[in-house]
Amino acid sequence: MRIAGRQRLAPAFAAVLFAALLLPPARAWLEGRMSLQMLVQIPLLIAVGWLLSAALPPRLGEGIARWNQHGISSVVLASLAGMFWMLPRSLDAAIGEPWMAVAKFASVPLLTGLPLGLGWPHMGFVVRGVFLLELIATFFRLGWLYLVSPVRLCNSYLLDDQQRSGEAMLVIGSLILAGVMIKLLWGRFDST
Amino acid sequence: MPILRTLLASALLLALGGAVLTVATDGFHAFTSETARRLAVRRDPPPVPAVLLETQSGARLDLAELRGRWVLVDFIYTRCLTWCLALGGEFAQLQDQLAAPLADGRLVLLSISFDPVHDTPAELAAYRQRFRGRDGGWIVARPTSEDGLRQLLRSFGVTVVPDGMGGYVHNAAIQVVDPQGRLVLILDAGNPRAVAQTMRGKLP
Repeated sequence: MRIAGRQRLAPAFAAVLFAALLLPPARAWLEGRMSLQMLVQIPLLIAVGWLLSAALPPRLGEGIARWNQHGISSVVLASLAGMFWMLPRSLDAAIGEPWMAVAKFASVPLLTGLPLGLGWPHMGFVVRGVFLLELIATFFRLGWLYLVSPVRLCNSYLLDDQQRSGEAMLVIGSLILAGVMIKLLWGRFDST
Repeated sequence: MPILRTLLASALLLALGGAVLTVATDGFHAFTSETARRLAVRRDPPPVPAVLLETQSGARLDLAELRGRWVLVDFIYTRCLTWCLALGGEFAQLQDQLAAPLADGRLVLLSISFDPVHDTPAELAAYRQRFRGRDGGWIVARPTSEDGLRQLLRSFGVTVVPDGMGGYVHNAAIQVVDPQGRLVLILDAGNPRAVAQTMRGKLP
């Protein structure tokens, strides 16, 4: 019952969230700072895609699952799309070029959030572990780079904004790491 | 065999994604828009727009009138206390190091203000004065229209961001325009000797 209810509500919630993110004041605010675009707007767009995965017709979901054992294809696609939107020049272009803004709002939900939402329930311990550790490592690597780089990586953002983003990435990486540790020490595992 | 199908799908996604990332980074050379801008002008030099400027003496100057000469362009605003100070000092040094081509008109130095509301001709003249810049081949100018300013920033690939303290931050560099009026090269600011050397190699 609860799962069925969630599935009904998820697409509506995704639509509201997506519409809210598209509102010009929301865009202006979230894209005005590097930290907000990278660590709030893009993650929320990923959430939109994740929520949409619950709304996919079951038959389509099953068809995709046959090409996506253990959610491996999901991880590959989401990582590649994620890498693209981690490039400093993509962040710059998403503000300066209208067609890149369209690409961001379409591709982040559909190529990152949706595959992760579809694949996550099928991912076992190992695939989730690899994905999460790579995610943590990425946050630490990029966070460190953004923190110590003496030059601006984005022409659209200020250096202190870039350094704040770096600090925030180190914090987020640490939080995910702490979550994984807690799960490993005290969590329950249903599958291997 | 679902696992084989999965591996096939993943391999295809990897190939496709790798291709997209290769194109998006110019073959893993340009991860930032600044590097990308420099690569792009080398590969395919864009024409500089014919924008009307007002110089430090109040004279009108169309950018197109500078065709036939090499032009070193930098973007500044006169209230600037950081990069533009370095750029201003650098242009003053270039006036000494490239005195001959500047004197006979093969080369001209052009500082363009992106703060035309504040930077009146008097302010522009004072800016050049501050670096003991002379009249010999160094023009300091402002665009005469908002539209002209936008065209200039766009075609040169300069992004100006308010710094929250009443000033601006921008990707400062020295842009080289050839006698055909094309932006052919973007050089790092902060090393006038290297700029002078590069220009001596290009000048006839």
